[in-house]
Amino acid sequence: MENINAKYVSQKISKTRWRLVSHASLQQPDVFATGSWDNEVNKISFWSIGNHGSSDMDDGFEGDPQLLCEHKHDGDVLDLQFLDQDRIVTTSSTGAVTIFRLHQNSQTISVAQRWPRAHGFPCENAPCTGVVCSSPEIVTVGEDGKIIVFRADQEGVIRVIENADSSTIHAVTYLRTTEILTVNSIGQLKLWDFRQQSNAPSQILSLSGDRVPLHCVDRHPNQQHIVATGGQDGMLCVWDVRQGSTPFSLMEAHSAEMWEVRFHPTNPDHLFTCSEDGSLLHWETSTSSDMPSFLQGGRNNSMISRSAMAPAGGNQSLINAWLSGDSSKGRLETTHMLPSQTLSVNSLDVLGQCLVCGTDGEAIFVNRQVPV
Amino acid sequence: MEEVDVEPTVTNIPAASDGKHLGFAWGPGDILVYETLYKGSDAKGSGCSFIHEVRKDEDIYSPILRKLFNESHHIFVGLQTIREDLPSKNKKNQFVSISKNYRSVIRACMEELQQVAVSTKEAAVATQYGNQVSILLAIELIWNLCEVLFIDAAPAGSLLLHLLDWVRLHKADVDEKAREVLQSESPAEHRDYWDVVVSYVLQGRLEEARQMLVKQAALQPAARSMYKLIDTLLSRMPFYNPGGNQTLTEFDVKWRHWHDEVNRCLQDNSFASNRHLEIICKILAGDEDTLLEHKELLSTWYHFLVTRLLFSHPTVKPTELHYYAQSCLTMFLDSRSVPEPLDNILLAAFEFDIHQVIKDCSIALNNWWFVAHLTDLLDHCKLLQSHNLHFGSNLREFLLLEYASGLFTHHSLWQLAVDYFDHCPEFGHVYLELQIERVPLDTERKALKVLRICDQRQMSEQVRSICKIMAMRALRNNRLGSALSWSIRAKDAAFATLISERFLQDYCTRGTFSDLDLIDNLGPAMLLSDRLTFLGKYREFHKLYGEKRFGEAAKLLLSLMTAKIAPRSFWMTLLTDALPLLEQKELKGGFCCFECSGDLLGRPNPRADVLFRGAHLLPERLSARLTEDLAG
Repeated sequence: MENINAKYVSQKISKTRWRLVSHASLQQPDVFATGSWDNEVNKISFWSIGNHGSSDMDDGFEGDPQLLCEHKHDGDVLDLQFLDQDRIVTTSSTGAVTIFRLHQNSQTISVAQRWPRAHGFPCENAPCTGVVCSSPEIVTVGEDGKIIVFRADQEGVIRVIENADSSTIHAVTYLRTTEILTVNSIGQLKLWDFRQQSNAPSQILSLSGDRVPLHCVDRHPNQQHIVATGGQDGMLCVWDVRQGSTPFSLMEAHSAEMWEVRFHPTNPDHLFTCSEDGSLLHWETSTSSDMPSFLQGGRNNSMISRSAMAPAGGNQSLINAWLSGDSSKGRLETTHMLPSQTLSVNSLDVLGQCLVCGTDGEAIFVNRQVPV
Repeated sequence: MEEVDVEPTVTNIPAASDGKHLGFAWGPGDILVYETLYKGSDAKGSGCSFIHEVRKDEDIYSPILRKLFNESHHIFVGLQTIREDLPSKNKKNQFVSISKNYRSVIRACMEELQQVAVSTKEAAVATQYGNQVSILLAIELIWNLCEVLFIDAAPAGSLLLHLLDWVRLHKADVDEKAREVLQSESPAEHRDYWDVVVSYVLQGRLEEARQMLVKQAALQPAARSMYKLIDTLLSRMPFYNPGGNQTLTEFDVKWRHWHDEVNRCLQDNSFASNRHLEIICKILAGDEDTLLEHKELLSTWYHFLVTRLLFSHPTVKPTELHYYAQSCLTMFLDSRSVPEPLDNILLAAFEFDIHQVIKDCSIALNNWWFVAHLTDLLDHCKLLQSHNLHFGSNLREFLLLEYASGLFTHHSLWQLAVDYFDHCPEFGHVYLELQIERVPLDTERKALKVLRICDQRQMSEQVRSICKIMAMRALRNNRLGSALSWSIRAKDAAFATLISERFLQDYCTRGTFSDLDLIDNLGPAMLLSDRLTFLGKYREFHKLYGEKRFGEAAKLLLSLMTAKIAPRSFWMTLLTDALPLLEQKELKGGFCCFECSGDLLGRPNPRADVLFRGAHLLPERLSARLTEDLAG
């Protein structure tokens, strides 16, 4: 808990993302972007925490995020993702999709490209709720139930799947280079294969029981069939999209909506979730069976976990630890990472040993020594 | 009607022509003003078609002050959850540290405002920020004094030490001057040198005074004995040590001893040849006239008060403070006859009149932030008598409600206000209910957050109303899935029925279902409303039929008809669906169709009549089969 610094920034943060670092270098990330919401004038901002390889942290102000530059944004920033080192894509509550370019030398931001009414209803705006990109392709989803594919340097739209969903699509992620996964507000995961011309999903998965809206989704970085989702009831579900249409394990994580779930990109035994109830949880799983029981210090709650289905028989060691989800054997540990009583944590991102998150209390928290 | 404490300020509405009458309407935090059509006798000029919004509190829109609101909200919530069962000593320490937290937040804000005020190029911004800095300075001064007197409630002895700290904290220019002097080539000959030395003495910083004097002593070897004497006096002044084992009486005796020694030096004229050292000695003796001669160095009457107490009555008791305060104020302000609001507030604090302090601050400041938080903290320290107001509940709750209502008008800070309402036991819930419905809902995500707030507080009325708004919007944009998910959230059966009817209408007009992904996967939500159940089951019937599982399909259709959950308009469709099934040999329940068709015609069950009619309604090729069925 001592490693986490709060910075008050006078804007409610809806999304925050680390700028990508090249895999070759072992550098820790140093720049992150944030988007605000619910302001009269919303902004996207870039912040720097100063990347130092050394770990002398005696001075409390070191690591305090410094504002590099910011730019006005029309409407709430509902989602944000880095396209490459210099460009980010944002989606807005007005239905617009914008690409901003950060000019490193002059520390300014300019609008590189904009699709003002990408998502929309016939007579009013439809917020564009999620974006995922794999340069130069950009895929967005919105409250109008459409999936739209853009290319970063082309004006028009490449493909639109109209009426992909009768309810709001909350988030989207890539499963493979030609397949995406969306989650919607009636609790379904849908797989879409872009190689097919039809406008129907190739697979639909959902929870049996109540149709709880799902708000976030993330794919395991190494094993493309494992996906984690979080929804309105704060349950963390881990799915295997190859097998069956119901989740493998369900874990009670939070007491309110879960806004974001992220696997650690290089160390996928670690998972992070954040929620409207103001908590940010660090989940750690391990495949070895003789793990010590619980971490020392800090606040540590082992969450109840239920397996929806027993893991399919066969070689136990090949089954991913997330799919077993059995915390009673001490294989799953969770730690709270924030001081208690913050307002909703809307977004988090983790890269290397650095974690950044933004809250409705207009604060950004940066932790530079996440134990992964 | 109470009298007005101060004259109300006048705000001119620009662009409103002379002589026109203005109308107005109160808002939650502002007034809307407009020109009426009424023309007075000397009205001239054309009408103005604008509506003006007059806002009292601009501070919540200042980006730097927003940090103050957010951070103090965090501290406030933490304060409310302090456990009641702690022993009072621990609690006092906790309250003091919370008070220090609040103050450090104020200071941080002040520093940032100061930085911007200094570096900006726009004069208007610089003035505005400069004003805010001085207001925050005053606020912190008052808060610090309240912490010393009320929360920490230091007894005699430590009281003066705390007051000394308080004065030192708010008089930072001494250090600046000292730095300047020390950095010069010959500090002892700097023109401000003696000012610095005297200021140190006035603040009771005798060690530093001695160090400065050493430099002067080095320059005047002839007067070495005098400098030695003053050094001795300065070093031997006793300071009370609260943690030590010396009682107050013992300290008092020691101090009087030392005081007598100082007086003796004065009477002996030991410093007669050096004017500066004589002044210092007189100050040490607590001579009021000498103190008053140094008004510019003291700059405030409360500095004068503390210095005077330090050198004449260091064991002052809290209850005696106000005598000294009043007399010091009078002595200090001779040219200006009227004390400023800040002076009155501080005086009220010295008199331990908490209510007067709060009242004066409420009038002087345009924002409830300070009084609300301070009152809340004092209330937790059990320092406020339950002072019931003519209206509403107690003072603390009143101030918190006012503050939070002001926050609620802000497009972003309304979320903070929710927590404040939560901790107002009597009226907070009602205020929240009224305000939360007025938050504009542009996106689903915002609606979800508002709903979560309502859910956590069992405000089911508001949940229903918000879900209905969102569901209607979704319906208008033809997002039937969204609309359904909102009605599931609100458990709104009536709306679910409405949505199902839309689906069924679509089916009737188009012949196929839209949004199959929704209907196929309704799950337990189907049970929310009869119509919805029918929709789900009907779709299931279609699926069974498509898979050529006619037996099960027929059974399902039958159960749909018998259960009578189908809307009337749909019975024809059901019957039509039944036709191909009747061709299948397995079906035996054909006569049930007649019950339905009988109702369709509005008559109870006249078989004969129906048979006749039935023959017309149903295609010819099947009436034989039906007759067969009836007969057998």
